[in-house]
Amino acid sequence: MSIVVVRGGMQSTIQDLGRYGYQKYGIVVSGAMDKDALRLGNMLVGNRHDEAALEITMLGPVLQFTEDALIAVTGGDLQPQLDGKPMPMGRPVAIEAGTTLRFGKPVSGCRAYLCVSGGFDVPFVMGSKSTYLRAALGGYQGRTLQKNDEIVLCGMTEEGRRIESFLTMEKGYKTTNWYVMEPARFYAASQSAIRVTKGLQFDWFTHESHESLVHDTFQITTQADRMGYRLQGGVLQLKTAREMISEPAVEGSIQVPAGGEAIVLMADHQTVAGYPKIAQVAMADMGRLAQCKPGESLRFSLITPEDAEQLWMKREEYMQHVAVYIQCKFSV
Amino acid sequence: MEITDMQIQSLGEMAVQLSFGSTISPQIHQQVRAVGEYIEAHPFAGYEECVLSYTAVTILYDPFVVRKRENTENAIQFVMDYAKQAVQHTDMDSVPKADEVTIPVCYGGDYGPDLEEVAQTLQMTPEEVVRIHTSGTYLVYMIGFCPGYPYMGGLDKRLWVSRRKTPRLVIPARSVAIAGQQAGVYPIETPGGWQLLGRSAVDLFTPDADTPSLLKAGDIVRFKAIPKEEYKKIRGDRS
Repeated sequence: MSIVVVRGGMQSTIQDLGRYGYQKYGIVVSGAMDKDALRLGNMLVGNRHDEAALEITMLGPVLQFTEDALIAVTGGDLQPQLDGKPMPMGRPVAIEAGTTLRFGKPVSGCRAYLCVSGGFDVPFVMGSKSTYLRAALGGYQGRTLQKNDEIVLCGMTEEGRRIESFLTMEKGYKTTNWYVMEPARFYAASQSAIRVTKGLQFDWFTHESHESLVHDTFQITTQADRMGYRLQGGVLQLKTAREMISEPAVEGSIQVPAGGEAIVLMADHQTVAGYPKIAQVAMADMGRLAQCKPGESLRFSLITPEDAEQLWMKREEYMQHVAVYIQCKFSV
Repeated sequence: MEITDMQIQSLGEMAVQLSFGSTISPQIHQQVRAVGEYIEAHPFAGYEECVLSYTAVTILYDPFVVRKRENTENAIQFVMDYAKQAVQHTDMDSVPKADEVTIPVCYGGDYGPDLEEVAQTLQMTPEEVVRIHTSGTYLVYMIGFCPGYPYMGGLDKRLWVSRRKTPRLVIPARSVAIAGQQAGVYPIETPGGWQLLGRSAVDLFTPDADTPSLLKAGDIVRFKAIPKEEYKKIRGDRS
């Protein structure tokens, strides 16, 4: 009734949509870096949208299932394989006890999500199953998966069983002959720049900085983790040096320390921060940003908060359409 | 109380920040807390949570839910209007309930490796440093940096001392520390450059408790010096 970890992978942690309501105690939100991928994966296996999944980073783990399960892998293409054969992504796949799931090299993106129908049986800590590594909080014993760990499964949901009954044999798997498009890729086709709105201290920066933000290319440095992405490139400078007092920090804020190297705050960002913020990433683009890895280059385009809100509405509508579409596919 | 220098700004499409200038003071902080309490007691559909700092309240929300359930075409405008009204409806003179928390501390030795050096720098005895540190009252302005970490004001001027030249890679959990005008206690093991005076016998962060943080914004903190035996008795089997 579990998954046995044969190899832990680079950084495999249990994440859901995050731990809300405790930031006033300094507890970071955490949660999946690419929330779109997590939600779609959950839909495919008949889970609640906010059920926890395994977030797999760059080099994936080797996992052995000790029971039958309905699973889906979404997000970045890290070449998932079941017993050595390529596993189709973005679809529910029924697997049998004894099956081994492993991953190859990252092909696109850097974070994949393994959703299992019913989810993982790990305790809720402050209302969430998300792992926060720095405080050894939540998830599987507050840490990344290691060899010989055993994650107990909650058991397939009723919806999962219903979905399973509709699956057919396709290329060697009990799965579907269709798959879901992920918004991260869906939007990438039409717009490659990461869209941002003005940050709270936008006006503190020089005119050249404003130009640099939208015209220059920024490279993600190796200092890029679940807490933040440090970027190199551009010329971001304050008109005059000034200290600010720490204020609440928000996911997607692009803050600029005195050195001029911007840092984008990601899922594990601290709850308060003290650097001026030049911009704020539109939430609809956070999943896409989370799939970018060190060495990749980014460009930003400036939009209004109203546009960002509209993008978010579209994204939510897309997700709801997909949910309805999946339901229709699994009804007689 | 008169409100001056108030600003309401949107922070992208998911947050609105209400700020009261840029001065750290107990009076302004009282306003921040009063507004924060009002908002928590009067949430709107789509409201997620409030984060408080020295001078600001940040309201986090889901615009999709706000637009559907609050029946509006513009969630940003809705939340900004809401924030304005929240300030108008908040009784700024009401002092939200503050708890007083006394933290037992074992000073010096292995628990406070910088006590001697701090005393030397400040040209006083370690006992005097402890006496001044324990006679102060500290206001918790906010919790942040790491889970349960209190940003506190109220450190006696006589104890203002700069950070260590080389930060430590590991500061043990529950270390009681000072740096510049600030006083703090590290809830969990982290790297850091503050001067370590002692170690708290009580936990500041308990992840499985209903209130995981010993302290919250607005609390008044006092430190009490205890001998090593008492420290060990309080800790018991806990590490």
